[in-house]
Amino acid sequence: MSDKHIGQEIGQALGAHLTRRSLFALGGAAAVTGALAACGSNTGREPAATGGASGGGSGATLNQWYHQYGEAGTQQAVEKYAAAYKDATVKVSWKPGDYDQSTAASLLTDAGPDVFEYGNGPTIDMIKGGQVVDLTDLIGDTKSDFNPSILERMTYDGKTYAIPQVVDMQLLVYRKSMLDKAGITPPQTIDELIAAAKKLTQGNVKGLFLGNDGGAGLMGGPMLWSAGLDYLTKDNQFGFDDPRAATALGKLREMWDAKVLLLGAPKDWFDASALTSGLTAMQFTGLWTFPDIKKGLGDDFGVLPWPALDGSGKASVPVGAYGSCVSAKSKDVAAAKKFAKWLWIDQTQDQLDFATSYGFHIPSRTSLISQAATLKSGQAAEAAKLATDVGHAQSPILWTPKCATAFGDAMNRIVKEGADPAGEIAKVKAVADPELKRVLA
Amino acid sequence: MLADPAFRSSLVTFLAFAVFIVPTTFVISLGAALLVARTRVMQSFFRSVFFLPTACSYVVAALIWKMSIFSGIRSGLANGVLGWFGIDSIPWLSLADPPWYWLVIVTARLWLQVGFYMILFLAGIQRISPTLYEAAAIDGAEGWKVFRHITLPQLRATSTAVLLLLLINAFQAFDEFYNILSTFGTYPPYARPPLVYLYYTALGSGQDFGHGSAGAVILTLIIAVIAVAQGRILRLGDRGE
Repeated sequence: MSDKHIGQEIGQALGAHLTRRSLFALGGAAAVTGALAACGSNTGREPAATGGASGGGSGATLNQWYHQYGEAGTQQAVEKYAAAYKDATVKVSWKPGDYDQSTAASLLTDAGPDVFEYGNGPTIDMIKGGQVVDLTDLIGDTKSDFNPSILERMTYDGKTYAIPQVVDMQLLVYRKSMLDKAGITPPQTIDELIAAAKKLTQGNVKGLFLGNDGGAGLMGGPMLWSAGLDYLTKDNQFGFDDPRAATALGKLREMWDAKVLLLGAPKDWFDASALTSGLTAMQFTGLWTFPDIKKGLGDDFGVLPWPALDGSGKASVPVGAYGSCVSAKSKDVAAAKKFAKWLWIDQTQDQLDFATSYGFHIPSRTSLISQAATLKSGQAAEAAKLATDVGHAQSPILWTPKCATAFGDAMNRIVKEGADPAGEIAKVKAVADPELKRVLA
Repeated sequence: MLADPAFRSSLVTFLAFAVFIVPTTFVISLGAALLVARTRVMQSFFRSVFFLPTACSYVVAALIWKMSIFSGIRSGLANGVLGWFGIDSIPWLSLADPPWYWLVIVTARLWLQVGFYMILFLAGIQRISPTLYEAAAIDGAEGWKVFRHITLPQLRATSTAVLLLLLINAFQAFDEFYNILSTFGTYPPYARPPLVYLYYTALGSGQDFGHGSAGAVILTLIIAVIAVAQGRILRLGDRGE
């Protein structure tokens, strides 16, 4: 038990961006919260146990929960926003540890939050279980101002259950000087990318870094999108029972076989150190690493979306966002909804401050992006544009953890063991079909 | 749950791991104990040095193994050594074939637990009466014969305890597997012992407590059967003595 707690602390010490990663793992891959998860003994059910702030106000008392953000000052910022709210007393709880699990469990009890954030919005099981309330009317005519793919991810059956707080994204980053030296133009298709990676692999420098598992955990979604497919079709059927998907996923194995992928880096894809220390020429990573990349490489880097498979595919970048939700068990749902609207829709200056002052994120309101000083120019501006133009929510709301585990296992076998992609896709379908039937029932 | 191929393969992993790690640790720690017991100089120093890793957390050791000794790049210790001989870097933990990850997991566990069992054996060895060895020496027995006919039988009680503890430990395999092999949020479909698999099923985002507890019951039954069988076998041996 104590061992695992140590693991948790180490996990947190490993990097300020761990919490960002936890968000990204949510959509993309199976069992979320990996490093943070520990043994779950911290149920975190006592409200405001870990420091809180009370907003001066009258009327109802609301509990608002956040997971522990890694960036300094974030906690003080959200406490400041809450204190400025006049219509209710808002108690902010800052939850370290296994936020997703403890929050999901607390929603079943009376000790849960009134307003809380959740990675990519509430899960389908929370929505189906009636644990969260419909927020469609709060968003109203601001709908068109939010990143469309993220809002869609938080919407089920025409009803939106969360308000996106800030947007995070993943993208392909490359060392300009290395590509110039090798005479390579930034790749626009997967085959160009493979060719570039081969040319850039020299000595102890590898061409491309997609994570220590060769992209098995990270690149499944982007590979489907690059073939013009998706996890699910528009009418919520299994979406990649298609020879093009097999071709696309097979491309990852091709990179693996060509030995152009960096494997076993001390810090995985979510950290910029593999790129900045010259272990790789190109890396798929998160926007949150930009301050580190800037520090390490100055202006010697460029950004790209994950390229299209060919002419009939599409380039893409995965995007994700914590969404603010309202618990159906709240003692005063109306007051909780009012507060959520006030903070995450009306208070645009607070939203801008939250997105840009403490970490490196994109405001979820498109109209705020132009006001964000951090995103005004250079690579960051290009990245923000990619998120708006070709952003893809990591995985659909109906893609349950069980489907994600089956897909993750299949990806591992395809990439690492060279299993037949078509056969592996059929195995995923065998798990996903009954699972879809279950959640749609 | 038994119809789930992933769970079945996790059971196989776990039995194979136990079958390998239990005798290996047993032999190595007994060997170390014999060596340390013979040492005349600095015996307590060697005893402490071998025992020290026991005080180390599994998680800390797993992270050191993963990130500095067996990292996939040239600056990792293992690859650095290979580099002296002009061998290419091996991404130890990323390859599924050949399964180098077992080397990482097994060495981490051996380093962590050999010292502890060595101390148990050492205590056992030091309790063997020297008169037995003297008698054997008079009868002309030496070397292997002494070990086979005096040391080993006299260590029976210790060996039984060590075997039992080792087996329990092997079945509790979680910490180093989880910390060495999990990449953020995911775990590869191989080298996945049941506790890790059930952890992801029940406590991960799946929150599938039904299947999780079914798996736990199956696991308990298997461990109970093996423990009873082991008790039987060792007790039968006792009667023969």
